[in-house]
Amino acid sequence: MPETPERNAIEVRGVSKVFGFGPDKVVALDDVHVAIRENEFFTLLGPSGCGKTTLLRLIAGFDFPTDGEILLHGQDIAPLPPHKRPVNTVFQSYALFPHLTVAKNISFGLEMLGRPKDEVDARVDEMLKLVRMEELRNRSTAQISGGQQQRVALARALAPQPKVLLLDEPLSALDYKLRKEMQIELKRLQHETGITFIFVTHDQEEALTMSARIAVMSAGNILQIGSPEAIYDRPAVRFVADFIGETNFLEGSIEERAAGGARVRISSGAVIDASVAEGFQPSGRVTVVVRPEHARLSAEGGQLAGRLSNIVYFGTDTHFHVELDGGGEFIVRRQNARDDRGTARIGDPVSIVIGAGAAQVLRD
Amino acid sequence: MASGRSNFSIRHQPGFTTVAVLCFALLYLPIVTLVVFAFNAGRSVAIWEGFSLRWFEAAWNNERVIEASIRSVQIASVAAVVATIAATMAALATTRTRPYRGLTFKYAFINQPLMIPEIVTAVALLIVFARIKVATGYSGLGYLIVAHTAFCIPFAYLPIRARLESMDLTLETAAADLYATPWKVFTRVTLPLLWPGIIAGLMLAFVISLDDVVITEFVKSGGQDTLPTYMLGQLRRLVTPEMNAISTVFLLISILIVTVFFFISRRST
Ligand SMILES: Nc1ncnc2c1ncn2[C@@H]1O[C@H](COP(=O)(O)OP(=O)(O)OP(=O)(O)O)[C@@H](O)[C@H]1O
Ligand SMILES: [Mg+2]
Repeated sequence: MPETPERNAIEVRGVSKVFGFGPDKVVALDDVHVAIRENEFFTLLGPSGCGKTTLLRLIAGFDFPTDGEILLHGQDIAPLPPHKRPVNTVFQSYALFPHLTVAKNISFGLEMLGRPKDEVDARVDEMLKLVRMEELRNRSTAQISGGQQQRVALARALAPQPKVLLLDEPLSALDYKLRKEMQIELKRLQHETGITFIFVTHDQEEALTMSARIAVMSAGNILQIGSPEAIYDRPAVRFVADFIGETNFLEGSIEERAAGGARVRISSGAVIDASVAEGFQPSGRVTVVVRPEHARLSAEGGQLAGRLSNIVYFGTDTHFHVELDGGGEFIVRRQNARDDRGTARIGDPVSIVIGAGAAQVLRD
Repeated sequence: MASGRSNFSIRHQPGFTTVAVLCFALLYLPIVTLVVFAFNAGRSVAIWEGFSLRWFEAAWNNERVIEASIRSVQIASVAAVVATIAATMAALATTRTRPYRGLTFKYAFINQPLMIPEIVTAVALLIVFARIKVATGYSGLGYLIVAHTAFCIPFAYLPIRARLESMDLTLETAAADLYATPWKVFTRVTLPLLWPGIIAGLMLAFVISLDDVVITEFVKSGGQDTLPTYMLGQLRRLVTPEMNAISTVFLLISILIVTVFFFISRRST
């Protein structure tokens, strides 16, 4: 098989991980394939327990795959113990050494690599500057705040200039404002260092704003890999559409097939033209998804009809909950404009216009 | 619950204060009396005849006291160090592993000396060592050191294991991630974090060995008195405030060890 010309930092090939035996067996990863490009900000996104940490631990070498192989720059890293892998980790709990100062934590990796002292000192200074912690270099790690600990953990992992940096939910312990700040900081660091970042989160908004590409995981499987736009606009399966952003689900059955699309009769009797994901041959009962911001309310002429049941104001936008005539609920989101507040009232009969190409038929 | 008063508090139960005071009195009054009479000018341990340091002087000039003290410290030092090393290895082996069938049994096995009556161990050792003595002809301090080491291990083991169990395992993973070989992980991360537990184990073992009477009494050969067995032997004959003076010094040393340990453990947390 010909090699792809593009350089992959990490390639995970058919990796499975099973914990335990017999009835207690847990399949944490099930035949996972993913290629992460060099200098990429790559995110593993998925709900709790889907196997994100397990995949990171396999890449770092803290645990071994039950099956499959992991390549680093094309080399199988299975024979390498963790301390021989040019991969560093930022742990969810930070795992800073409590008996060492901030500076000594940062220099730990370089010292273990046996780098000369002046090089270590210079690099520690550089790292302290990079994460803006110069004043706290001689503090004990027990005497700094959560956000500062987070930055020390980052500096410590970046100092040895790893080929790949693994970040396991590094921001989940921070409060909202600090998290937003650190998201920007992380993107800056990734850009400045040019190191491949594999970032784990269960926060879909964090994944969308930070990543070059996202892999959405569920129950040990990767369901879709793609850019934030691709994942959001063209979810491959129902789970992805449901997990990322808000989505309206309409149940229906295929009325007619066309190239790249289908005509679907939904349970209320209305007929909707929807696109179909590549390589999917829908038949019988299907689910159609529509993002709330891809539909609008109108007095008449839409594909769906119903009655306004609730209006929720969110500052930047407003959500209109519509009780559909044939049963079920549909949410329409509208960006708020200064001089247009709308005149809709709860209880009004409304019609919903679904934008061209906004409806998609998804596989479950 | 709105106020602390509505919580159950043992301190507000009738009789609590009486019991508490009684316990403290029983614990500390005899010791206070003992210390006071160490400074008695007369020969009695019950009738005060004025202040004097003569019994401290007498103890200091008593060759057999000094000899027994040195022997005690020798045995306790070697036994405590060897026991602590063994206990550290045992603690690492029983905590740095996934739980498996038989692990509880292993804990019990290591802690067994805490549960077996000391007199049984003493008799058993006496019989075994007697045979070895006949077979080898060796009758030095080795037997006492081996015996003390053996019964000190569980005491050293407890604080070390407690420390290891409260240690965050990801710290070791993090060190390995940062290119530390398994040996470096141990010397640069595990050991420094374990240190307070090791010091605690060492001191506990030292004090336990210093204090032992029963096993020492059975195992020792002629002329191998430790301070406690010497004191026991003396008390059988006649009681003078010299015993009080020795006990007072003994007490001071214990307090000193505990204080030092307290500061070491406080500094490292
Ligand atoms: N050492 C282990 N022994 C047994 N089961 C394990 C072990 N480690 C993980 N698992 C199981 O494997 C599955 C995946 O765990 P993992 O820690 O990778 O999830 P995660 O995606 O990181 O979740 P979270 O977002 O909660 O951190 C879970 O069902 C978990 O219970
Ligand atoms: Mg996890």
